[in-house]
Amino acid sequence: MNMQEKNESANNFEQCIKCTICTAYCPVVPVNPIFPGPKQAGPDGERLRLKSSYFFDDALKYCMNCKRCDVSCPSGVKISDIIQSARIKYGRHKPKLRDMMLASTDLVGTLARPFAPIVNSTISTKPVKAILDGVMAIDHRRMFPKYAGRSFESWFRKEAGPLQSSFRNQISYFHGCYVNYNYPQLGKDFVKVMNAIGFGVNLLDHEKCCGVAMISNGMMSSAKKHAVHNVKVLKKAADTTRKILATSSTCTLTIRDEYPNLLKVDNSDVRNDMEIVTKFIYPLVAEGKVKLVFKKGYKAKVAYHVPCHMERLGWGIFSAALLKMIPGIEFTMLDSNCCGIAGTYGFKKENYEASQAIGKPLFDQINGIDPDFVTSDCETCKWQIEMSTKYQVKHPISILAEALDLEATAKLNK
Amino acid sequence: MKGNEFDVIIIGGGITGAGTARDCSLRGLKVLLIERNDIATGATGRNHGLLHSGARYAVTDKDSASECIKENMILKKIARHCVDDTGGFFITLPEDDLGYQSKFVEACKAAGINAEVLDPKEAILEEPSVNPDIIGAVRVPDGSVDPFRLCLSNIVDAKAHGTKILLYSEVVGFIKEGDTVKGVKILDHATGLTSEYYAPVTVNAAGIWGHHIAELAGIRIGMYPAKGALLIFAHRVNGIVINRCRKPANADILVPGDTVCVIGTTSTHVPFEECDNMHVTPDEVDLLLSEGAKLAPVLSSTRILRAYAGVRPLVSADDDPTGRNISRGIVLLDHEKRDGVKGLVSITGGKLMTYRLMGEWATNLVCKKLGVDKKCVTAVTPLPGSETGGLEEVSKKFWTNPSTPQKATVGRLGDQASSVFLEDEYDQSLVCECEEVSAGEVNQAIANLEVHNLVDLRRRTRIGMGTCQGELCACRAACLLAKARNCAEEEKSDLCSFMNERWKGMYPIAWGETLRESAYTQWVYSGVFGMNENN
Repeated sequence: MNMQEKNESANNFEQCIKCTICTAYCPVVPVNPIFPGPKQAGPDGERLRLKSSYFFDDALKYCMNCKRCDVSCPSGVKISDIIQSARIKYGRHKPKLRDMMLASTDLVGTLARPFAPIVNSTISTKPVKAILDGVMAIDHRRMFPKYAGRSFESWFRKEAGPLQSSFRNQISYFHGCYVNYNYPQLGKDFVKVMNAIGFGVNLLDHEKCCGVAMISNGMMSSAKKHAVHNVKVLKKAADTTRKILATSSTCTLTIRDEYPNLLKVDNSDVRNDMEIVTKFIYPLVAEGKVKLVFKKGYKAKVAYHVPCHMERLGWGIFSAALLKMIPGIEFTMLDSNCCGIAGTYGFKKENYEASQAIGKPLFDQINGIDPDFVTSDCETCKWQIEMSTKYQVKHPISILAEALDLEATAKLNK
Repeated sequence: MKGNEFDVIIIGGGITGAGTARDCSLRGLKVLLIERNDIATGATGRNHGLLHSGARYAVTDKDSASECIKENMILKKIARHCVDDTGGFFITLPEDDLGYQSKFVEACKAAGINAEVLDPKEAILEEPSVNPDIIGAVRVPDGSVDPFRLCLSNIVDAKAHGTKILLYSEVVGFIKEGDTVKGVKILDHATGLTSEYYAPVTVNAAGIWGHHIAELAGIRIGMYPAKGALLIFAHRVNGIVINRCRKPANADILVPGDTVCVIGTTSTHVPFEECDNMHVTPDEVDLLLSEGAKLAPVLSSTRILRAYAGVRPLVSADDDPTGRNISRGIVLLDHEKRDGVKGLVSITGGKLMTYRLMGEWATNLVCKKLGVDKKCVTAVTPLPGSETGGLEEVSKKFWTNPSTPQKATVGRLGDQASSVFLEDEYDQSLVCECEEVSAGEVNQAIANLEVHNLVDLRRRTRIGMGTCQGELCACRAACLLAKARNCAEEEKSDLCSFMNERWKGMYPIAWGETLRESAYTQWVYSGVFGMNENN
């Protein structure tokens, strides 16, 4: 009986028992009949592809890599990884110019940011949108995130950086492309909150884009280069500050899980040191190690949308718990739904209708609640919800920065 | 000629009977094919599915080896939709004698088999699953062949040329006049009625059961039932057939076939009474797994789908207790000459690989007895499905942008896929998700391919052969069958026996994911469909 005891499958896709929960949970299946669904595209398709690469199905490109299938799978099959790996291995289409532009967030950001006022106003004009739509197949109905006049990094070096060494505790911050080029305010809020609770903030020794958009647009070798670089600088940071925090759930997931599973870049030295900021703060508060003082009279009606990648990380609960601590917050946890944008996916003309159809239940629920604003840990969810509803979306850390009496808090946490 | 009179009656719906029926009908004879069960239920459906190059027999049995390589090249032409031209390796492990390799290569060359010695490193690069400790590797033109598809294609062609097919009909006796066989008495298992059919020649092509058939005519053929057990793994571990370069022994061939791979076999003598009910024992499973892992170490951590066993219809020459030394050569017996019984011929021995040649020999003898002078054309006439080209070529011919289910259909049916209507959404919807079998393909099989029950449907379409072993597809297929036949009640019990038949193959290897999945299947079928032991 020896051999029988030893025979346990090491092939993750063989753990699928065809319960099909993933397909029921997939947000793309109900809106796009061409997409075969995660079970069919993943574990089932894999057996056929092993027989002959001819069985690769181009429709796999409709997978958003939202990873809701992985969350739903009771057998622990990494379905989204099987699908993404198949696209990498068998996909015959080279990325188009559009895909490369959408994917190169830090390159395009570096080029566009200095001309922010011009870029922001021209990109939202009808003729430019028509050109983007016609020539690049970027849907004309899509609104672009605006570029900031001054990058977060430049602000930090001049304004905040010099003050950081005075704090007893130190952490590192992976800000990501969005904070740097489009929305430095979130980075500023992060620094405010961390400083108030007694932590000095350090930037990495030149972070690069996490690479998520490159992965989803098939630019694997670029993504891998970014991953290798980031793991190196994250390791350096972990050696000095131990924890590396992020405000973006997608950057966090990419660095923790996509690097080893998809790009085969070993991150075991730093994986557990990297987490999202709310996951870091909440236990400190709950255990009494950090004390928070809130502004008197702060009131807000907030609806929290857990981003799909935050669900995959299993950390939505920390953002929710932290927000609920704020007195005067009327908190609603939105139903678990995908907003439909999935990074660059929703920008593409061929996906626009599906993207909006996927997000509809979420938008309807938000409209029904009529909150003061929505909150979420993901920048692309923010774009999608702000474009598709009349509500502003704030990051939980920005809400905290608004609600906290920063000076009083800082005094208690010296 | 009356409705129950034929030129020739062929007993046995395995590959030998099917091949003989095709050959006879292509030569213009009026043929009746009788099978007591479904097609391909005996050894035909219970082997490796190896498209032998003949290399395995080169050292021990040169005649079989050269028959194999000739048939190998013919099948690659006439049955390409059944064949996967993977190539094969004969590997030498550190515990094997590397000296055998040169003897092996010599023998291959003598038999006309192209055998190329490879650098072991090169072999590992080409087939990454192979044991990395190999000290030698030889490339031969092995491949894999789908025996169900091959058998079915022969049946389809025979039928197209006028053959009458009687499935689930058992020969219960011969009609004799003196020392001449004039016909057979048949028991129809569906109706319970007996009837009589007449022909001047009857061919016994019943495999191991041919022993019993011959006894009905008062003849003794010294057959030797040798059981061979095999394991099916849940996906293709290897792309190239892997054999051990040594004297044929247990579990030394790993064949990639369709979406799975198969390790085998064992060889043990079994009594005739057990031939109808083969079980794989825990010892056999252990042996197959441990020996298999020597060919491809990853097998020990790969999910197993099923275990099964077949009985080789060997004809014994001496008292060999293992059956390994009996020739795998073709045995054609003219009972008029051998036993003084006129009008009866037995075709046996041989192997899946040489079925066409067996059919040719048997048909030659039948024609001689009937005084018909027609040449055999089966070596040059493609089987239905293989007339156009390969998978990609045929798919592109039908669809500009074929979907995966459409490609899978072409993979199974070749150019006969045109007989399946796969345009509308309903036809394209999947019955079997593991193997991508569409509703259109299932309905086509029900309408045209002599399907009596779900197990028959499985042999024709691969439903229930994937990792879920019927969990998702069996109920859907049962609905289609019930609808086509208008017999919901009957179909319920058919569904039950189908699921039990699936479980039989899982039982010997029921652990890990396979056990978990079968438990889930049981919840679905008893909990949701209300099926239990009583029905």
